[in-house]
Amino acid sequence: MDNPETQVNIENPNNKSNSLWISLKGQLKKFLSSHNIGDFIFERLTLLFAVLVFLLVILMGYEMYVGSKISIDKFGWSFLTNSVWDPVQEIYGALPIIYGTIVSSFLALVISVPLSIGIAIFLSEVSPDWLEKPLSFLVELLAGIPSVVYGLWGIFVLVPWIRTDVEPFLSEHLGFLPFFRGAPYGFGMLAAVLILAIMILPIVSSISRDILRSVPQSQREAALALGATRWQSTKIVLKDAKSGILGATMLGLGRAVGETMAVTMVIGNRAVISPSLFDPSYTMASVIANEFTEATSEMYLSALIQLALVLFVLTIIINAMAKLLVWSMERKLGTR
Amino acid sequence: MDIKISVKNLEAFYGKNKVLKNISIDIPRNKVVAIIGPSGCGKSTFLRCLNRMHEVVGGTITGSILVDGEDLTKTDPVLIRKRLGMVFQKPNPFPTMSIFNNVAAGLRFNGVRNKKILAPIVEKSLKQAALWDEVKDNLEDSGVNISGGQQQRLCIARTLAVDPEVILMDEPASALDPISTSKIEELIFELKKNYTIVIVTHNMQQAARVSDFTAFFYMGELIEYDKTTKIFTNPSNKKTEEYVTGRFG
Repeated sequence: MDNPETQVNIENPNNKSNSLWISLKGQLKKFLSSHNIGDFIFERLTLLFAVLVFLLVILMGYEMYVGSKISIDKFGWSFLTNSVWDPVQEIYGALPIIYGTIVSSFLALVISVPLSIGIAIFLSEVSPDWLEKPLSFLVELLAGIPSVVYGLWGIFVLVPWIRTDVEPFLSEHLGFLPFFRGAPYGFGMLAAVLILAIMILPIVSSISRDILRSVPQSQREAALALGATRWQSTKIVLKDAKSGILGATMLGLGRAVGETMAVTMVIGNRAVISPSLFDPSYTMASVIANEFTEATSEMYLSALIQLALVLFVLTIIINAMAKLLVWSMERKLGTR
Repeated sequence: MDIKISVKNLEAFYGKNKVLKNISIDIPRNKVVAIIGPSGCGKSTFLRCLNRMHEVVGGTITGSILVDGEDLTKTDPVLIRKRLGMVFQKPNPFPTMSIFNNVAAGLRFNGVRNKKILAPIVEKSLKQAALWDEVKDNLEDSGVNISGGQQQRLCIARTLAVDPEVILMDEPASALDPISTSKIEELIFELKKNYTIVIVTHNMQQAARVSDFTAFFYMGELIEYDKTTKIFTNPSNKKTEEYVTGRFG
């Protein structure tokens, strides 16, 4: 490779601007000969797309912050701790709504995750081939049903059933606990929890099944060859898959927190904190979906956007926690 | 001759596909028997029939496998696998377990939980597998953070810890470098004092080096079974001769 600077000197020793141009051209030539131009464009382009996603998240967060500025200025942190949500008096405290979101999602996980893991274990470890395929298909079909259909089913099937059978049964036998007291409306936290549990079941179970399947067959054989029973070898597989299943659970939680339509249709939509699962409640997504059309005042709209901001941050925290958990577990196990 | 395993009219299937045809073979106690043959001849399947692992992947067998006169095909596979340990082609330690726990895994499956009982067995097994000196200071490290050769010896230690009568080895050195391979071969030589060993190998030099008897499988059939020296110097069957002299396979 010729040194571009010596070239310049030979070609045009006196003309300064021309020599600068030639020197630039030389440098470009040098750069191009050491880089593949296609790869260069490819790398920068993909980088651009990746940065775009990042920017989008930042932008969304920023927009929501700006949109909720009035409400943030007026209520500050009390927005999160105040438990009165009263659009008429223009007092906005989101605590009952945040409580409703977290409790409904968490309880849905408590019901759904053990079931999902059971389904995943059956599909990946126990089921014979001819049964596994149709069953997997059915589970995945559950994921494809639109949320509003679940909601409708909730209103006409689940809620009446809860009202006439489940809640009377629970209050009769477990009524000494504060969770199962009060009038059996049907609509309320219990209905929302059950419907959420059904809705996150397919995603958690099908991802867990894929994770279990990705554990090498040699692990099962190693255990069996040592005289492990089927259950013992499955436990080994579960141990290998632990972090992945945790990730699947977190994805389910993310879905539950953001789920809007079906929950709105059955949860009863009242911003109160009650220990009883029979009582109505409210979630952030439901409040936004229900009330944005009624938000006539600037403050009301701003409070709703602030609620969206809280939901946004909450999902980010959940995802970050999922990543951290998976990461720390992988580090502990010494796998990549 | 003292017979440890007596296989009679063994046939193995994958679905309708017959992969082993009418195998009858006697495996003597405290000897090393090598199974050789070209790829797809059924040698691994034969090994996996012996500890009923063939059925794990959906295969079926007919015939009988007698170990000390007891028919394995009529016994609970879980119990059989404690008596006939297996070492696989690729080292497969449990990644979620420490070196110590890997060796103790088989005992834990049997319900042994007390660390005071486990510790001496783990040490003894690692010593038998010639791995103790290399790992004794980091028994709590993960079982996958050691080299491939060490992992394979860890798997052997894990198998020994259950105190089996027979060790089945399915090409135990084929994924390893030459130095690790020779370590495994030395180990086999040591182990045959106490155990009956059946080893599948595609490496004929290895078969000649480590085994007392050699069985040649071809297309699912047992072609010839004799003393290793006879198989490699003066085989009776023409196919065997062609295979051991490298003319096919």
